[in-house]
Amino acid sequence: MSNESTKKTVLVTLGVCFVCSILVSTAAVTLRGIQRRNQEQEKLKNILIAGDLISGSEKLESEKIEKIYQGHIKAIIVDLRNGNILPDSLYTDQLNPDSYDIKSAVKDPDLSRDIEENDIAQIGRMPVYIVVYQVIESGEIQKIILPIFGKGLWSTMYGFIALSQNLKTVTGFTIYEHGETPGLGGEVDNPQWKKLWIGKQAFDDNRAVRIEVIKGKTDPADPETIYRVDGLSGSTLTTRGVDQMVKFWLGDQGYGPFLRQL
Amino acid sequence: MKKYKSILINPIFNENPIAFQILGICSALAVTSKLETSIVMSLAVIFVLSLSNWAVSLIREHIPGSVRIIVEMTIIASLVIIADQIIKAFAYDVSKQLSVYVGLIITNCIIMGRAEAYALKNPPLQSFLDGIGNGLGYTLILIVVGSVRELLGSGKLLGYTILPVQTEGGWYVPNGLFLLPPSAFFLIGLIIWAIRTWKPEQIEES
Repeated sequence: MSNESTKKTVLVTLGVCFVCSILVSTAAVTLRGIQRRNQEQEKLKNILIAGDLISGSEKLESEKIEKIYQGHIKAIIVDLRNGNILPDSLYTDQLNPDSYDIKSAVKDPDLSRDIEENDIAQIGRMPVYIVVYQVIESGEIQKIILPIFGKGLWSTMYGFIALSQNLKTVTGFTIYEHGETPGLGGEVDNPQWKKLWIGKQAFDDNRAVRIEVIKGKTDPADPETIYRVDGLSGSTLTTRGVDQMVKFWLGDQGYGPFLRQL
Repeated sequence: MKKYKSILINPIFNENPIAFQILGICSALAVTSKLETSIVMSLAVIFVLSLSNWAVSLIREHIPGSVRIIVEMTIIASLVIIADQIIKAFAYDVSKQLSVYVGLIITNCIIMGRAEAYALKNPPLQSFLDGIGNGLGYTLILIVVGSVRELLGSGKLLGYTILPVQTEGGWYVPNGLFLLPPSAFFLIGLIIWAIRTWKPEQIEES
């Protein structure tokens, strides 16, 4: 059979595709477990970075991360509809701080609801319950770390924002998962940029959400600077996504009821 | 035996893919700001290049000319995905730094170039060695550029401090230019100059 015949062409391409697809799917399936563990580890690490318990630059063994986490963090489940803390006695297999996963909660009709209006974070559905992390030192709650997520330009970004004891000052901000353009919007996970959030005021004295990400650089002389974070240059839409995401989650639809109760 | 050895060694200095064939410059600029990312990237390229050369050579007598490039691309793309998955599983931190560049090995001219120029005309074993050889040539340049950039740009090698920088109480003022991609251009230019002074037969006629 000639190499150039239609039959041969179709046979060769089909054969190559078949072999390649088997190899690719085998690799993807066998390595999925390890990759998922890496992602969970990354999430733990980001909780600790948001709580300022470790710096992002050092390399830590996974046991060390887990030890710091066990020693300083207490996870609780918050009912986002009314801000109540779910008592331990109501924990189920799915609904407990260890196994809770935002992504699967949002897909579960019992654990999530549609956002009917003002969906500024563009997430469509939000969980009914969410796990919030408290940083405890000598028996007192020092900070609370709130998970946030929202749409950027291409992807849903997942991160944490930490508030200090007065529930107004931001003490940490991280994004641990996103698919934004590397080098532009992807800079949301740049440690230098995340540092800009520390010390900003999320609310004013009337408890209205004031924090915002602006376009360009903040002006240090402006009294409003305490509410403002520099936008990322070259990524207007990702920056807007972060801005809306933070406003959504700190507002009444998000953690508003919970924060009022504290 | 000697023939195999020269297939393996030749691309390192005599026909270096970056310095002589001027292929794969894009990724050499992008991933060399640190030695660690350079090494992982080099390993990924050696893996993809040797196996794609071997696989293309294996079926070279059956590839129809009309879909030649597409068949090569399918093989290369599959190998790149596998390499990417392995890096994500076993070197997660590095995979975040390399971000899209592992995926972009698909468009690295060295791989397509070797498949077209070598693997289509030579038997599998030679093609496999040619892949490793060219991968090592790429590695050599990446490691040299990566070491110089990390050392002069941040005073470190593989994350360990060699020159204590001023901001951390040392004496060395890091040269920020070396953390930016243009510095890789200058370094690769210097390397090409050095190699061609050593081996004048590489100089193209003007």
